[in-house]
Amino acid sequence: MSTPETPSRAEIEDFIFHEAELLDAWNLTEWRALFTEECRYLVPTPSADPYASPDSTLHIIADDAFLLTERVKRLGKRTAHAEFPHSKTQRLVSNVRIAASSGDEIHVRSVFATFRSRHGRVDTYYGRHEHILVREAGALKIRQKRSILGMEALRPQGSLSIIV
Amino acid sequence: MDISEIISIDTDRSRFKVHRSGYVNPDLFAAERDAIFNKSWLYVGHESEIATAGDFVTRRVAGRDLVLARDSQGAVRCFHNVCPHRGAKIVREKSGNARSFTCIYHAWKFSNAGKLIGLNGPETYPPGFRQDPQHQLQPVPLLDAYRGLIFINYDSGAVSLTEYLAGAKEYLDLIMDQAQERMVLIGGVQEYAMRANWKLLAENAVDVFHLQPLHPTYFDMIGALSGSTPSFKGLTGEAHYLGNGHTVVEMDTPAGRPIAKWMPGWGEESKASIERVYADLVRRFGEERAFRIANRNRNLVLFPNLVINDHISLTIRCTEPVAPDAMDVTVWGLAPEEEAGNEVAVKRRLTSFIEFLGPGGFATPDDIEALELCQKGFASLQGAPWNDFSKGMASNTTSWMDEGQMRYFWVEWRDRLLRNCEVAA
Repeated sequence: MSTPETPSRAEIEDFIFHEAELLDAWNLTEWRALFTEECRYLVPTPSADPYASPDSTLHIIADDAFLLTERVKRLGKRTAHAEFPHSKTQRLVSNVRIAASSGDEIHVRSVFATFRSRHGRVDTYYGRHEHILVREAGALKIRQKRSILGMEALRPQGSLSIIV
Repeated sequence: MDISEIISIDTDRSRFKVHRSGYVNPDLFAAERDAIFNKSWLYVGHESEIATAGDFVTRRVAGRDLVLARDSQGAVRCFHNVCPHRGAKIVREKSGNARSFTCIYHAWKFSNAGKLIGLNGPETYPPGFRQDPQHQLQPVPLLDAYRGLIFINYDSGAVSLTEYLAGAKEYLDLIMDQAQERMVLIGGVQEYAMRANWKLLAENAVDVFHLQPLHPTYFDMIGALSGSTPSFKGLTGEAHYLGNGHTVVEMDTPAGRPIAKWMPGWGEESKASIERVYADLVRRFGEERAFRIANRNRNLVLFPNLVINDHISLTIRCTEPVAPDAMDVTVWGLAPEEEAGNEVAVKRRLTSFIEFLGPGGFATPDDIEALELCQKGFASLQGAPWNDFSKGMASNTTSWMDEGQMRYFWVEWRDRLLRNCEVAA
């Protein structure tokens, strides 16, 4: 039975879909505000154990709160050359499930396909997101987002200059 | 266009131009494979990747699949990853430990020293068949290592690795001496790609001139981390031409260096360990060399396709030409073996690495954008045919902000093509 604190899958889906919509709209300031004060945004390398610690295993992205803020600031500048003008992106998010809840944390899994169109070329990034959500003052917040790429390598995509 | 005309040098007017067909022409791409990649020493892996008997990694080097292995006797081996029977690629894993390799097609089985040790249905093969040298895994003609870096050469008549590395050895020593005994790869690998000619990354890696225009957002982030934007004022750096096309830019840095140059953004907790490492460098090498090892950055390009960046982290980047307008890039981080147990140091090294470098860093994506924009621009070579590398030529300077190192690379490229092949581009 659900208690008032335990979110339904519909509520979780709404949150995850809202996040994707913010990213597609390049509304990164509002997206950044979805995170808790202490937070992580992780993209492991495709060849590594995705659950290995970023403190000892090379990642593609291993942002803490500071770096995530800086990343968002960067992507708003004309001098973030890789994303100026911004790529067009479309995110599909599916297979959303609450995988586990422990303490105040809600562990959510979903799968994604992110299409990025730029300079006449389309790159597809796909894989699964693993969100750790918490409720703060009634609202869901992201404590950690781990995006595990499903490709063997970033070939031919090359760069991961967008938030996947 | 003849190869000798790809580079246009006007010494009177101090102009150095490279014709953009050098980055797009498929005949030249094929000629490079023959004249450069089939005759140069090429990086294949690091000794720490195959530390134990039976360890192996698979690699693609200049279009060919290779197995790099430490055999059961402890010897380093490198074979074509190809079954001598019908040509199938044998080892599919990226890495592992094995006593033998078996082809999936007809089960020919080879020891980790490359010896054919098992034939399926041996009774109908002629006597002596299994011992025939042609039926073993075919080793690459030359294999050698320098300070942990393993290289191969597809040309059995090539000069030795030490002769080939020439003046680059001095800089490899400055890098490898950071470790008390040996360097090891840490943390894994980044594998990505660029839709750009492989030579663009060789240029980019020793091009300090681009840092401030292309990477302001990286320096903004370092500024926010450290409390003030890093300044290049008063800093100096020099390019050196090291023989056989190898170049290095050695320079002061406004940021930190994980080996032994602390920066405020790294926090007080890492200061003590960095000071200990510095003291140890002084003990081992004296004040002057220790200062150089600890405080100066080095961007090194080993001709043709290996980049070693010794700056905000220590990385090995190897490019694999795929097509005139495409390369694969593979990057590893390197650290002194004794640092492995120091969690703060490993974290600092990896964080510093990915803040700047790699597909999700604050700088590399902009490098990829710039290099891919160059490649796009080369499509207009009929109307806009020449790349310019004249900076510093008139003053005959080798400042880090000049382009002499790219001129040196391109002259080596042209001379090797002229020496080793007959092709009209």
